[in-house]
Amino acid sequence: MLKDITFGQYYPGDSILHRADARIKIIILIEYMIIALAARSLLAVAVSVAFTVFLVVASKIKPGLLLKSVKPLIFVLIFTAAINLFFTAGEGDPVVHWNFINIYREGIVNALLMAVRLLSLVLGSSVLLSFTTTPLDLTDAIESLLSPLKKLKVPVHEFAMMMSIALKFIPTLIEETNKIISAQKARCADFDSGNIFRRVKALIPVLIPLFVSAVKRAEELADAMECRCYHGGEGRTRLKELKSRPGDYVFLLCATAITAGVILLNSITTQEVFDFCKTLFS
Amino acid sequence: MSQSIPALEFSKVSVVYGDKTSFEVRALDGINVKFPESSVTGIIGHTGSGKSTLAMLTNGLLKPTEGQVLLFGEDIWSKKHSMKEIRSRVGLVFQYPEYQLFDETVEADIAFGPKNIGLDPEEINKRVMTAADFCGLSEKELKRSPFELSGGQKRRAAIAGVLAMQPKVLVLDEPAAGLDPKGREEILGGLDEYRRAYGATLLLISHSMEDIAKYTDRILALKNGKVCLQGTLDEVFAKAELMFDAKLDVPQITKLFIELKKRSICASTDVYTVERAKQMVETVIREAKNA
Ligand SMILES: Nc1ncnc2c1ncn2[C@@H]1O[C@H](COP(=O)(O)OP(=O)(O)O)[C@@H](O)[C@H]1O
Ligand SMILES: [Mg+2]
Repeated sequence: MLKDITFGQYYPGDSILHRADARIKIIILIEYMIIALAARSLLAVAVSVAFTVFLVVASKIKPGLLLKSVKPLIFVLIFTAAINLFFTAGEGDPVVHWNFINIYREGIVNALLMAVRLLSLVLGSSVLLSFTTTPLDLTDAIESLLSPLKKLKVPVHEFAMMMSIALKFIPTLIEETNKIISAQKARCADFDSGNIFRRVKALIPVLIPLFVSAVKRAEELADAMECRCYHGGEGRTRLKELKSRPGDYVFLLCATAITAGVILLNSITTQEVFDFCKTLFS
Repeated sequence: MSQSIPALEFSKVSVVYGDKTSFEVRALDGINVKFPESSVTGIIGHTGSGKSTLAMLTNGLLKPTEGQVLLFGEDIWSKKHSMKEIRSRVGLVFQYPEYQLFDETVEADIAFGPKNIGLDPEEINKRVMTAADFCGLSEKELKRSPFELSGGQKRRAAIAGVLAMQPKVLVLDEPAAGLDPKGREEILGGLDEYRRAYGATLLLISHSMEDIAKYTDRILALKNGKVCLQGTLDEVFAKAELMFDAKLDVPQITKLFIELKKRSICASTDVYTVERAKQMVETVIREAKNA
C-alpha cells in the first residue's frame, strides 16, 4: 500500500549537478527562480528557457523521470494558463470573439508566459536539487548557509539536526506502518470499504500504535545521543564535510551573470530587437 | 482421519519480492508442504530463509507469485470466501506483536478482531474472556491500558487479540522471542492449551530448538526459500547430523547424544527430550552392566 512512496526523489547519478556543492546549488536555485519569474521580454524568456534546457541536460536525468515529476502539475498548469487566456483584458480588438468570451493578444502571451514559467520552475528545482542532491546533503547545506544566523541566537544546528533525523527515519516509519497495517488486517480490520467516515475511523488502529512507537523511538534516540555526549552544534565536526571546488564558483558566476543578463534583457522590447537586427543587416 | 484433508497445504508456492526490478528476491521457491489437522509444526530456518514470508501467505496478507495455498482443500485466493473469513479462520500472530495494541483497555483491544468479524456483543465478551484466560491475563489487567503493561503482558494481550477470533489454524512468528524462560513457558503453554481445546492446527516459527522439541510434533526446516527437511520430530532428529550440516541448531540434549554416538556409546540421535534421554542413558548403563 505504501511501498510506492519515496521521500525526496534523489536519483543516484554522476553528473556535474550531482557533484556540485549543495550550498552553491541552493544559491543558484534562488537565482534561477529570479530568472524564471523575472523574464518578461522575448529575449529574456529565451535565455531563461535555454538555461533550463542546459540544467536538464547537464543533470543526465532520464526524461521519463522528469515527466513523472511534472505530471501532477499538469492540471495547475492548464488552469493557470486558461485563467490568463480568458481573463486578461487587452487594448485593441480581441483576437477571438465568441458570445461573451474575448481572447486578446495579451492574454495569449500571458498564458504562454505563465505556462513556461511554471514548467521551468518545476523542472529547474527538480534537477537542481531534488533529483541530484541527497536529503542529508541538503540539510547540511541549509545549516551551513544559515549559520550566520547563529550569531542572532537562532538554533540553526538544532533545526538542521531535527530535519536530518526526520529524513533518516522516514523509511523506518513507512516500514513500521506497513507492519502495523498487516497486523491489524490479520485481525480482520477492513481499510478498503465503507464511506469516508468509516475509512478514517479504520485508520485509528494504525495511527495510535504508529504515534506510540514514534514517540518511544524518539526518546530512545535522545537517550542514545546523550549517552554519546551529544550537546548540540558547538565544536562538532562532521564526517562528511561540504566542499566547494573552483568549478562550483564558475558555475555560480555564470548563473549570476545570466540573472543580471535576464534583468537587463527585460528592458529591451521585442520591437527594439527587430530594429537592431534590421540595422545590422541593412 | 489418517488420510483426511490437511488443514493447510502449500502447493508449488513461490514468492518473488520486487518483481520486474533489478532487486528481485525469491523469498520462497517451490514450496510443497501439508499441515495435517490438529498437528503442531515447528518452522525453523535461518534469518532470511523465508519463514515470515510463509506466515504471511497463510492468511492471504501476501499473494503467492506462483502456486496455491489451500485451506481445508480450498484455494484461499479462489474468491469463494472473503478475506475476512479466511483471516478469521487462520489467526496470524506477527513477530513482536505488541505494536498492534491500540485501544483504551486491554479488553477492548482483544475485542477488536471478534468485532471486525461482526459477532454479537455477548459472544465477543465470552471470547475475550476465554482468550484472556488462555494467555494468563487477569481481570485486573483486562481493565488497564495496554500501554501500561509490562513487555510480557503486552505480548500476551496481543496474542489474546488473535486467539479471540478462535481460529482453526494458528500461525505464530516467534511468539516467545525476547522473553524470559518463565514468560516463554506461560505463552507457549497457553497456546498448547488452546490447541487442545479447539483442535486447532498450529504453525510455530521459533529459533529455540528446546521449545520446538517440547511443543511440536512436526518440523519444517527452510533454507534459502526451499524446504530442506520436513517430517515428524522422530524422523527429523534421527537425521540430527544432517541438521548440523545444514547449519541448523538441534536441542542441547540432542547435541549430547550426537557426541555419544561419535564415541560409539549410544547409537541413536533421535533424542530431544530429557525424559527420553534419561531412558536411553538407563538402557545403555543396563546393557553395559549385562555385558
Ligand atoms: N517486503 C519485502 N520486500 C523485499 N524483500 C523482502 C521483503 N520481506 C522479506 N524480504 C526478503 O525475503 C527473504 C525472506 O525473508 P523473511 O521471510 O522475512 O525471512 P525470515 O522470516 O526467515 O527471516 C529475505 O531475503 C528478505 O530480505
Ligand atoms: Mg522473520
